[in-house]
Amino acid sequence: MWFKSAASVALSVVLGVGSVGFSPAAAPEEVNLYSARKEALIKPLLDRFSEQTGITVNLVTGKEDALLQRLQSEGRNTPADLLITSDAGRLYRAKEAGLTQPVVTDVLLQGVPAAYREPTGHWYGLSLRARPIFYVKGKVSPADLTRYEALADPQWKGKICIRSSDNIYNQSLVASMIAHSGAEQTEQWATGLVNNLARSPKGGDRDQIKAAAAGECDIAVANTYYYGGMLSSRDDSERLAAEKMAIIWPNQSDRGTHVNVSGAALTTYARNRENAVKLLEFLVQPEAQSWYARVNFEYPVRTGVAWSDLLQQWGEFKSDSLNLGELGRYNSAAVMIMDRAGWK
Amino acid sequence: MTQKIFRPALWRAGVLFSALLLALPVFVVFSFLFVPAGDVWRHLVATVLSDYLSNSFILVGGVAIGVLLLGIPTAWATTVYEFPGRRFFEWALLLPLAIPAYIIAYTYTGLLEFAGPVQGALRAVFGWSAGDYVFPEVRSLGGAVLMLSLVLYPYVYMLSRASFLGQSLSTLEAGRVLGAGPWRVFFSVTLPLARPAVVTGLSLALMETLADYGTVQYFGIATFTTGIFRTWFGLNDSAAAAQLAALLMSCVFVLILLEHYSRRRLRFFQTGGRYRHLPRHTLYGYRRWAVVLLCLLPLTCGFLIPAGQLLVWACSIAEETLDQRFLQLVGHSLLLAISAATITLLLALFLGYGRRLFPSPRLAFAVRLSAMGYAVPGTVIAVGVMLPFGWLDNRIDDWSRELFGLSTGLLFSGTLFILLFAYAVRFLAVSLQSVESGLARVTPNMDDAARSLGCAPRSVLMKIHLPMMRGALFSALLLVFVDVLKELPATLILRPFNFNTLAVRAYELASDERLADSSVAALTIVAVGVIPVVLLSRAISRSGERYAEST
Repeated sequence: MWFKSAASVALSVVLGVGSVGFSPAAAPEEVNLYSARKEALIKPLLDRFSEQTGITVNLVTGKEDALLQRLQSEGRNTPADLLITSDAGRLYRAKEAGLTQPVVTDVLLQGVPAAYREPTGHWYGLSLRARPIFYVKGKVSPADLTRYEALADPQWKGKICIRSSDNIYNQSLVASMIAHSGAEQTEQWATGLVNNLARSPKGGDRDQIKAAAAGECDIAVANTYYYGGMLSSRDDSERLAAEKMAIIWPNQSDRGTHVNVSGAALTTYARNRENAVKLLEFLVQPEAQSWYARVNFEYPVRTGVAWSDLLQQWGEFKSDSLNLGELGRYNSAAVMIMDRAGWK
Repeated sequence: MTQKIFRPALWRAGVLFSALLLALPVFVVFSFLFVPAGDVWRHLVATVLSDYLSNSFILVGGVAIGVLLLGIPTAWATTVYEFPGRRFFEWALLLPLAIPAYIIAYTYTGLLEFAGPVQGALRAVFGWSAGDYVFPEVRSLGGAVLMLSLVLYPYVYMLSRASFLGQSLSTLEAGRVLGAGPWRVFFSVTLPLARPAVVTGLSLALMETLADYGTVQYFGIATFTTGIFRTWFGLNDSAAAAQLAALLMSCVFVLILLEHYSRRRLRFFQTGGRYRHLPRHTLYGYRRWAVVLLCLLPLTCGFLIPAGQLLVWACSIAEETLDQRFLQLVGHSLLLAISAATITLLLALFLGYGRRLFPSPRLAFAVRLSAMGYAVPGTVIAVGVMLPFGWLDNRIDDWSRELFGLSTGLLFSGTLFILLFAYAVRFLAVSLQSVESGLARVTPNMDDAARSLGCAPRSVLMKIHLPMMRGALFSALLLVFVDVLKELPATLILRPFNFNTLAVRAYELASDERLADSSVAALTIVAVGVIPVVLLSRAISRSGERYAEST
């Protein structure tokens, strides 16, 4: 019985591996990618890269923390050459854990402004994700709500929708506030915000916008690409909901609106280093940069790349120039503050 | 007595070894108890731990009540009554099993949320606006209890029905002759006889509840499971997270032991040759429609409504082309589900027989331990598997480089092996309970009789055990098949390059908040899962009949 089961394990492994065509030994025309960006949000670019260069890109997608764990346990035998995450905090963590190596080339330095990359080249931002405030047109005067700080103002009691503090985008937002104004002030702010919530946090970013449009609250905090996705959705109810809303770009007169990046890092034990650098450089080229905006309503990190029409409609804004590594540094402090503030 | 053929020492060692190997992730998690976690614990205790505990407790209690209320009456009705659609309900009541919990959560949210069609229609019809009316919130603790009960009651339904079918009429008649009414017979004879089966179904449902992450996370409910991930990812403290997981597992383990202890003296074997199948009692008038309604309710809420919503999305909104790549997803899902189901069944048979042949507390304990994986979130299992195998791979690699100058790479953790191993750890409990309930039907007397009639042990196995256990083995295969089809977290972390499945596809779109777009993949999971569910139901019905014929 035992042999049978052992044999069937072995057999299915062999079959499985055969059918996947995965080989741990690196062939020269390959690059292996662990990506926390979803397949739909990266694969078309990778296909384009393969077309141009003839380099095959092998892809595993997953949640960033899990991918980090996998990198760590695979150690120097990891097949991954490049790690892509959808937030800067995790890139910081990957660097701290020794999972990344620096790479500096002219193309990369030209492509990515200093705030959106690690100073020594351990990681580079690829696209910007802004997290502004949304309001129901006609219900809120944007002049009353020009800063994130104002969300804690008692005049918004019972008017704000925001998702759970489990979410990394909220954690990053709070981390950025800690970096700017210190833990104590941020905790007061978080407590004030929690007092103003219209409902216990639930659902994703789109749900906050929908709830506001439906009248459950007047103000929602969400990433812009969800709003963009709703505006161009084939689902009428989503589109109508989004059309009732407008954007406030907070903190324009001081530090700027909070942004995070999706970014990439070269792994410490990358075997296809050359190909990986080529891919990294490809991802910051103007062509790839404008793709993010077209497909997922994200902003290019590279300056001078044309924005899509929708992004232009939303207007230009000043973004927070805090180095994004700080978001990773203050992440656990942010979670603790949100726990204490009772932010579910 | 069977030394020559079986070599008990080797068997026993083999059973013990594989049980401990399968318990490896559990050990990994527990090993973190020795790592100091410090401040984080103080923070957790001061702020959120009590929420985690009370929410998990209410969730588990609520789901327990929910699955019992939905599962037992329907199982009883389809066993003893004849009513319109009875044959249809027999298998249809299992259908919710094919729907992943997080998907039912998404669909009901889409339907019932403030901005959804139901409330929207109410507002349009009555001219209400926000705050004018009270509508129950789906995304709440109560909602989570409801969602999980709706997709998990089939475990209780299935196992109690199998047990009701296996009960002899003579037992019930004895009750009636002694003056008890039908209700009293049900509560004092039938239900106690079915108790082991009901408890097994219940424990499967509750373990699955504790392991659930998708539903509670989407509903914004802080439970033990979401707490583990928050501590790990948000607070970046893997030691404290593992300690939380260890705490969760200890609670489950204590519960399992308590349950076993409480029925340690109970052993039910149907004896005597006077077995007769329960005749069905035909219902008339309002009672018959009441029973139809009783069966229709869980089927509608647990399957028809969510599947219908998925279908509507798939037809109207989703942008998914059924091309080569989509077929490949189906192929990968099937490959994994079939191999995992087979491997898990073989392991369960090995362990189940081992425990039967060599009853010893140590072995029993090891086997229990190996089945703990079902209560543990898939991500935790995945990491628990990844760490030891990654370590082993790297050691082998070091050694091989030193000796031969050759790199072996990731022998285990870089291949499908590790994923299949994780599935075995996660779903062994499901297989094992089927196999053990099958084995329980084969009374020791039958073995003895066959042996005294000159059967060799091997032919006892082929002529008595296999035919009697066919239904149970089939159930084990199909249940794990469906579970693997739905499984997400372990698949997500451990799969090799360029290897996607239906569940991964559905999740990626859903987590990007494109629920409607995820509907095609989700619907395919459901459709593929329905086939084994139907087969399963037929197997249960037939094994009841066969049992009747064979005695």
